[in-house]
Amino acid sequence: MIETETAPERIEIHADHHPHLAHHFESMEQQREAGTLGMWWFLLTEIMFFGGMFTAYTVYRHLYFSAFAAGSEVLSVWWGGFNTAVLIGSSLTMALAVFHAQMGNAKKVVFFLLFTVVLGGIFLRVKYIEYSDKFAEHVFPAGDYRWPTGEEPAGPHNPGDLLLMLVGLEATHHPGPMEHGLPVKVTTNYSEEGPYYGTGGQIPEQVQSDSMAGHVRLYFWFYFVMTGFHALHMLIGIGLLLTLAWQAWRGKFSREYHSYIELTGLYWHFVDIVWIFLFPLLYLVDRHL
Amino acid sequence: MSEHIVPKSTYYTIFGALLVGTALTIVFAFINLGNFNIVAALVIAGIKAGLVITFFMHVKYSSRLTKMWVAVGFIWMFLMISITMTDYLTRAWLVYRP
Repeated sequence: MIETETAPERIEIHADHHPHLAHHFESMEQQREAGTLGMWWFLLTEIMFFGGMFTAYTVYRHLYFSAFAAGSEVLSVWWGGFNTAVLIGSSLTMALAVFHAQMGNAKKVVFFLLFTVVLGGIFLRVKYIEYSDKFAEHVFPAGDYRWPTGEEPAGPHNPGDLLLMLVGLEATHHPGPMEHGLPVKVTTNYSEEGPYYGTGGQIPEQVQSDSMAGHVRLYFWFYFVMTGFHALHMLIGIGLLLTLAWQAWRGKFSREYHSYIELTGLYWHFVDIVWIFLFPLLYLVDRHL
Repeated sequence: MSEHIVPKSTYYTIFGALLVGTALTIVFAFINLGNFNIVAALVIAGIKAGLVITFFMHVKYSSRLTKMWVAVGFIWMFLMISITMTDYLTRAWLVYRP
């Protein structure tokens, strides 16, 4: 642990307690408790934030279940499952960063914080690939939205595909139906009109008014808004982790003082919990054959 | 009382349990359980979230005040969804009443 820089006159006043103890707290223990409680207070507002969206999702899934099931099938279970595992792994590395902070092992703290950042980065990379594919399939609910897509949804068909696509060696978007790989139901039976190609981005009126297309579009609003806000939280989390890694490298934290790492850990785990619910609710609505 | 340090082995165990939970989520989604598909998905997700909260987030070793705070947050969300759904789920009942 590296000594904290303190001016000489401050040392006299603060000699009887830890340099990081704020004066409105009795002890380091009380300060830490208050910090944890305050962080949970913030996380409760986050529960309210995501809770509103989950409630709206529940209502519309109940009302338009078949549309939500059809929209869900356009997503890739491979990507969703892989990302779930990656995020769980990042929660493990975050927990280990906190463990080493409690041990006062600064180098391992830096290592595990950066490990967590890398896993978060992989998650966002996959999310970027998924978003790109959904834009290419015209299911982004604003602008050039088309339903039914008339195409087999893009995505890996096996772990090998997945790794190649992750590093960008293989295009994920396959235009037109394909035969190999997992059985995927091509959803073309919902509209008499069929897919709309070459319409220059203009959606014919009958498609706009088609209720199934509209309800699937609502599903994709939920998909993009909920995963989008989740990804935003990931970005903020990565920013916090990089800051902490820098501070840990500079020797800011010690066995007695590492609240920022512990509290950022709470935030990171919370974001993980949101995804634990988003994955089955968005990717696995009605998958069984 | 100083801060409780959770052993690394606990973290690895929870990590393993969460991966198994994820695999089970996918397996159950591809089996036709009728109305119980969503029940299975939410029960597994709930257990996974519980493990993360209890061990990764150290709530098991936190003060009773923190525990109460956490419980209030999740109970609040459960109430919001269930009270909203008592409306939406029962609207059709009026239509079909003899």
